[in-house]
Amino acid sequence: MDTWRNSCCAVALLLLMFFCDGLACAQQQNTCLDCHSALDPPLQVTAETFAQDIHSQKGLTCASCHGGDPTKADPEAMSKSAGFRGKIERSQIPALCGSCHSDAAFMRKYNPSLRTDQLGQYKTSVHGRLFAKGDRNVAVCIDCHGVHDLRPASDTRSKVHPLNVAQTCSRCHADTAHMKGYAIPTDQFEKYNTSVHREAMVARGDLSAPTCTTCHGNHGAAPPGVDSVQNVCSTCHVFQNQMYEKSSHMSAFQAAGLPGCVVCHSNHGVSDPTDARLGTGPQAVCMQCHTPGDSCDQARAEMLANLKSLEDAIRDSDKLLSVAETSGMEVSQARLDEDQARDALTKARVTIHSFSKELVNRDIQDGLNLAGKTLQAGKNALAERDYRRRGLGLAVIFILLTVVGLFLYIRQSEREAPKV
Amino acid sequence: MFTRVQGWLDERFHWADIIGPLKKKTVPIHRLSYWYFLGGITLFLFLIQVCTGILILLYYRPSANEAFESVQYIMTRVQFGWLIRSIHSWAANLMIFTAFSHMFSVVFLRAYRKPRELTWLSGMFLLFLAMGFGFSGYLLPWNTLAFFATKVGTEITGQVPVIGHPLMVLLRGGEDVTGATLTRFFGLHVAVLPGLTTVLILVHLALVQYFGISVPPGVEARWKASPGDARQMKFFPSFFLRELMAWYIALGVLGALAALLPWELGTKADPFAPAPAGIRPEWYFMFMFQTLKKIPAKVWFVDGEIVGIVVFGVAGLLWLLLPFFDQLARGRGRRFVMGAGVFALCYMISMTIYGYMAK
Amino acid sequence: MRRRIVELLLGGGLFASIVTFLYPVLRYLIPPPVPDLGGDEVVAARVADLKPNGSKIVRFGTRPALLLMTADGEYRALSAVCTHLSCTVQYRRDLHQIWCACHNGMYDLSGRNISGPPPRPLEDFQVHVRGNEIVISRKRQA
Repeated sequence: MDTWRNSCCAVALLLLMFFCDGLACAQQQNTCLDCHSALDPPLQVTAETFAQDIHSQKGLTCASCHGGDPTKADPEAMSKSAGFRGKIERSQIPALCGSCHSDAAFMRKYNPSLRTDQLGQYKTSVHGRLFAKGDRNVAVCIDCHGVHDLRPASDTRSKVHPLNVAQTCSRCHADTAHMKGYAIPTDQFEKYNTSVHREAMVARGDLSAPTCTTCHGNHGAAPPGVDSVQNVCSTCHVFQNQMYEKSSHMSAFQAAGLPGCVVCHSNHGVSDPTDARLGTGPQAVCMQCHTPGDSCDQARAEMLANLKSLEDAIRDSDKLLSVAETSGMEVSQARLDEDQARDALTKARVTIHSFSKELVNRDIQDGLNLAGKTLQAGKNALAERDYRRRGLGLAVIFILLTVVGLFLYIRQSEREAPKV
Repeated sequence: MFTRVQGWLDERFHWADIIGPLKKKTVPIHRLSYWYFLGGITLFLFLIQVCTGILILLYYRPSANEAFESVQYIMTRVQFGWLIRSIHSWAANLMIFTAFSHMFSVVFLRAYRKPRELTWLSGMFLLFLAMGFGFSGYLLPWNTLAFFATKVGTEITGQVPVIGHPLMVLLRGGEDVTGATLTRFFGLHVAVLPGLTTVLILVHLALVQYFGISVPPGVEARWKASPGDARQMKFFPSFFLRELMAWYIALGVLGALAALLPWELGTKADPFAPAPAGIRPEWYFMFMFQTLKKIPAKVWFVDGEIVGIVVFGVAGLLWLLLPFFDQLARGRGRRFVMGAGVFALCYMISMTIYGYMAK
Repeated sequence: MRRRIVELLLGGGLFASIVTFLYPVLRYLIPPPVPDLGGDEVVAARVADLKPNGSKIVRFGTRPALLLMTADGEYRALSAVCTHLSCTVQYRRDLHQIWCACHNGMYDLSGRNISGPPPRPLEDFQVHVRGNEIVISRKRQA
């Protein structure tokens, strides 16, 4: 009798498990979600939210972190005997996450190529070091990664996807109330949003453009020291660094303890470096240190004048080529050369970082040669256009002559011999 | 010298008998005679196409890899290549314009009437061939606009009921527009269509020669009433010299267009790139294209596009049979044809303008 | 007299206009000095020009191409347009890899983007040796 009832129950339970809805059911019964999906925030975790979580998708449940028994209803579900930990204390979070994520043998079962040094790195970061001293205001794992809807960084909806990193960091770092007591500014996000790096990412979709973690690190986040700035920027901007290393500025800045690239280009609000920086106006950087009239000022003025002359030459030939094009002339080869002249201008602007007017002048000369070629090509195109129009004029004159001749001939011959 | 050559020919080919009728050929002179020039101009433009086409053939390469570059080569490296190619492109458009004008002048001057029904039919087929020339030739430079216009055009062909899909595959040389399509269109454009057109032109000219130039009914009636008013001009030399004038002026216009508004190259076609916005066919297909665009997606239970295609098919067939309608119920038939003609002309013009204004 | 003038005008006009038509046509028939625009194929270099671990940038159609000879003596030809922001790449003999100076992008010798910002590999071309010439051509399209 009992066996019969038990086996019926077992069958019923099996059937229930097979036919009921939801991912939680498909894996195993989850009474936690049954209750918590109906609660209000901050206790609310719905089945839909949790289904998006990468941990849930890999087979972990509420109990994996919080303990307890998800197959039972209250009060057994949340009992101490079932290992229930309740809400994880903030001070416990890094250790809890690290209990799996730093265990290489364990992580290999799920994703062998995932790194396992996050906790170690965190401990070296500013966040980690302050955390070790007891500061609970700083970021811990869940502040950046989320907790019940955690997604891998490659997912565009993840809080740590490259497109979203700056926003995530700004949640604390731009909050003046939160950052009170720490001696750092809170305008980094605002400045970063004006930068060319942000524009590259958002406007051009270039995911390789730097965001906060690119320069500061992610788990081991800390500002690069004054003497590391050059190394960090030169990861991408190799040529500028090569020029800078050759220059007098490197040793001068190092001696003065100045942070290299940041001195002229700033760190967060890296704006488009226009030639105005080489000038004497409000955007001028050189004149913030140098005395007007000294040899450096003269070199600066010369470099600026050279850049301007090449820019003007390119613009002139561009105008001419456009006129030729709208007149119907084919100038694709000249346009190609014009691209190369523009490349030379870009290269000259990179060479500025050597602060040597001779080196800059060499690139400018290459560019000027090319711009001269394209200007000549434009002139040739217009000359060809004029030649064609003269040819056309001539042909039209002969045609008109013939037509007039025909007309007169017709009139004359029909006066003598009527046409009808 | 001239007479000696004629004598030599006459001894062998009865030359005098051959050119006799030509010498007697006349052209009626009345208020509307100027319309008679259109047919000749269309023929002249066709001859220009043949000459410039052969010249382009010396440098053009009909493969997807090289077509665009070869046209670029003609435009930039070959001496006067720009002139030859631009004349070819402009003359193509002008020829279709004059062909349409010639056709409408025939409708409104009622030159299609008995006994000239076959002349009308051969002329209509020549118009279809001309549009085929335009469609096939447009693809040959293998630029982006041409590629996608061909894609859309052949796609629409594929929508024709029953025979549409096989016809599309036949045209495209496969399921998609590829290099195979280019080769096929090239073969059509330089061999098949020219052959057919030449034969039909000879037939058309022979028929015109046989029946003589038609006179509009109003003028015909007036001349019947008072035969003294009838005026005819000798074809040789009078009308011929006038036609030569017209051809010369047309040549001047072509040269001016080619020199002042050279035909553009565009960008090389990339079959894998998405279609750019604003794809349209050439202007002579625009009225059909715009109509198809405006028909709702479904008319009762039938696909809108198919309805459009069938309507155009039926309209085309009726248009072909216009001369035969004219015979029915004297007055009614004539009014029907005139009405159809006015409607067709207004429809084509307005839909073409609409197609260009709508974005 | 009048007749003579008219005939002269007509004859002269006809002759002159026919010359203006024939002149371009005859010049058109003369093949230009460069027989090819090189859109499909170009002679990139002579065999003697390239040494192992050497490279050359040549114009191919409207864009630059990189021809290189690996250390093992194999020829490779790739588009020299970086897939990041279209700078012209170069071959680094020290690294045996292709490098873009603009933002430090790296490609291997098959054109695969292996490090830095470039999102896609470089387009590769076919290379063959004809006599003492090295010829680069585009891969056959349908």
